[in-house]
Amino acid sequence: MTSSTPERLSVLKTYKLYLGGAYPRTESGRTMPIHDAKDNLVAHFCLASRKDFRNAVGAARKAQDSWASRTNYLRGQILYRMAEMLEGRTDEFRQALVVGGHTARQAQQELEAAVDRLVAFAGWADKYSQILGCHNPVAAPYYNFSVPEPSGVCVAVAPDEAPLLGLVSLLAPLLCVGNAVVALGSQKAPLATALFGEVCGVSDVPAGVLNLLTGDRAELLPEFSAHRDVDAILTANLRPAERRILDLGTADNMKRVHHEKWGKGAIMDTGLMHGPDRLLPLIEIKTIWHPVGR
Amino acid sequence: MTPKTLNIEAPALDFGEHWEYAPAPEGTKVEIAARYGAFINGEFVKGHGRKRLTTVNPATEETLSEVLIANPKDIDDAVAAARAALPKWKRLKPQERAKYLFRIARRIQERARELAVLETLDNGKPIKESRDVDIPEAAKHFFYHAGWADKLDYVFPGRKARPVGVCAQIIPWNFPFLMAAWKIAPAIACGNTVVLKPAETTPLTALRLAEIFQEVGLPPGVVNIVPGDGTTGAALAAHPGCQKLAFTGSTAVGKELARVNAGTSKRLTLELGGKSPHIIFNDASLDAAVEGVVQGIFFNQGHVCCAGSRLFVQEDVLPEVQQLLRARLHNLRVGDPLDKNTDLGAINSASQLATIQHYLKLGVAEGASLQQIKTKLPKKGYWCAPTWFEGVQPAHVIAREEIFGPVLAVMSFRTPEEALTRANNTPYGLAAGIWSDKGARIFDIAAKLKAGVVWCNTYNRFDATSPFGGYKQSGFGREGGRHGLLPYLELS
Repeated sequence: MTSSTPERLSVLKTYKLYLGGAYPRTESGRTMPIHDAKDNLVAHFCLASRKDFRNAVGAARKAQDSWASRTNYLRGQILYRMAEMLEGRTDEFRQALVVGGHTARQAQQELEAAVDRLVAFAGWADKYSQILGCHNPVAAPYYNFSVPEPSGVCVAVAPDEAPLLGLVSLLAPLLCVGNAVVALGSQKAPLATALFGEVCGVSDVPAGVLNLLTGDRAELLPEFSAHRDVDAILTANLRPAERRILDLGTADNMKRVHHEKWGKGAIMDTGLMHGPDRLLPLIEIKTIWHPVGR
Repeated sequence: MTPKTLNIEAPALDFGEHWEYAPAPEGTKVEIAARYGAFINGEFVKGHGRKRLTTVNPATEETLSEVLIANPKDIDDAVAAARAALPKWKRLKPQERAKYLFRIARRIQERARELAVLETLDNGKPIKESRDVDIPEAAKHFFYHAGWADKLDYVFPGRKARPVGVCAQIIPWNFPFLMAAWKIAPAIACGNTVVLKPAETTPLTALRLAEIFQEVGLPPGVVNIVPGDGTTGAALAAHPGCQKLAFTGSTAVGKELARVNAGTSKRLTLELGGKSPHIIFNDASLDAAVEGVVQGIFFNQGHVCCAGSRLFVQEDVLPEVQQLLRARLHNLRVGDPLDKNTDLGAINSASQLATIQHYLKLGVAEGASLQQIKTKLPKKGYWCAPTWFEGVQPAHVIAREEIFGPVLAVMSFRTPEEALTRANNTPYGLAAGIWSDKGARIFDIAAKLKAGVVWCNTYNRFDATSPFGGYKQSGFGREGGRHGLLPYLELS
């Protein structure tokens, strides 16, 4: 035996997808290794296939109506529960972010910001309707009001940088307004996404409301764009060529595609990131008329 | 429920051939030039395009005018003028900007009669509608949005609002003047400048609006109007000098415009087609409901994107609704759009008439039962009698595709769940109607219908303060109200 043989062999984990409330391996059987900065193998993660994505959309569709029809108060509490569970697993996430290339300090900052982002949108859940909706003073005897409704089943494409906070920054507003989500995490640092799936599983998020994929963006974007049962797509900091692929989805079934651009430092700017204007692309406005009279 | 006794075989107003309405024509003294060019940088110009389109009165097939088909060079000129006008316009003291819109609103009101007649001549819609709906609503749009110009920082809490830039706007032929107002008023109130392309068959009132812009001294280039056909629209939609594209029209064209602009940072608002459901529950006031159905599908000859073209009636009241509908339609008057008693005017164009007739044939071939009122249609012009189909199956093309004409598909349902499922079973989601006397049911159904506008115990109501726009393949973005400003603003 060589001298490098360890006394105890560590148990290496393969992080799985979070799909329909369960943790399946990718149906494709494909995995990729994750190494730390010293090139030690840390874990494996699943390389989601297009079929995994379609399954995730199916799960999201099944879950969306009941998620949207829960009270806003309850949705807020579930988002807050996610914050609680994330806060409780600080060490694990800090390590995961360091593996992804962060310094310990950067990891700590990102983690705290992610928790706070969930808290911020937990708070919005039972208030945004009052900001985004309104009563309209029509010039006739009608009672007329406009209310926000969720877009439906949404795809989120997280940026490579800020592997935890980037993902959470897209998920929190999407879930807040009652959408069901299929999210693709950072491609460069997938560990945070995989771990976050484990947080969601214990956060009272109903099965199928949130589905997390790790995988190859170039492979999956065309499928996101072409899927007819996706109502909206939200991304951040994608390259122009990637944005174009998704935009073509609008030409296919009029799915709403919104690209956020976060400049340097923007992701830590709570004034920018916690505003209810970020909810606008994730909702539809419904206007209801009824006559007034005896 | 005990069925009510009906005696609709002898409607009160049926005097047979013995007592015809006397004609009540609106005066038609409206000046129309033999030729029109474009309105660019505050001037009417001949334009570079060599080709012209002929705009006709669809009720008589008489030529009204020959109008420029603006070519890409004209579009370049118009976009350049809008670009040049932008810095001053957006920096103008907001209340001064508002006052231009107030002035425009007033001039529209003052010239309302002329505009209504011109609209009816060019479009074929009844004068009753252009006089009472199109023109007054257009004036209201300018009046409403005028007041926003100096209040933009109140549009969204905690955010500063800035204009988007140069807006390309393409509008359809069904409400030519009103759509121009819907597009231009919010855009310029928010400090943007505009290049607007009116529809190929109805360019005249938009050009008349340009005259009003001159009258009120609107700074040159703030609004430019480029008439033309599909090639003009394509050049404008793809122009890289515009930061925003707002389009109202068919879903097919909307998708093409989305494709052309994919990967650009141009902002899009698309207001597209519909196949809107109209649901009558057995507890509804049936007389009012039938009136609403008639308003919903026969208003503007059914050339309405949110027309209530699919009628779902609860099974136990279906016979009664059908009888009432038949009786009501018997009293609809089809004919000379300039006659103040006309309910249904002319179909806007020969090609649209052909489309409608194609669907009528298809409906019969599919096995639905075609019902039409017997009415004398004028010999010249494009006409379609009010039509409804009974025995329609959900899979029938006439129950799925937008016909854009006075054609109603009548179907029945048993439970509210069935009504909802079938109402939502469409790629469209523009509007919907509900008729019921039960408040709780109305709001339950209204919340579950996937549509941008839900009319409860009414239909086809519009207002400048009320956001309008669709879900799903009926497009996105809203027009009117506070929400209608957002597509024309950058928030920061």
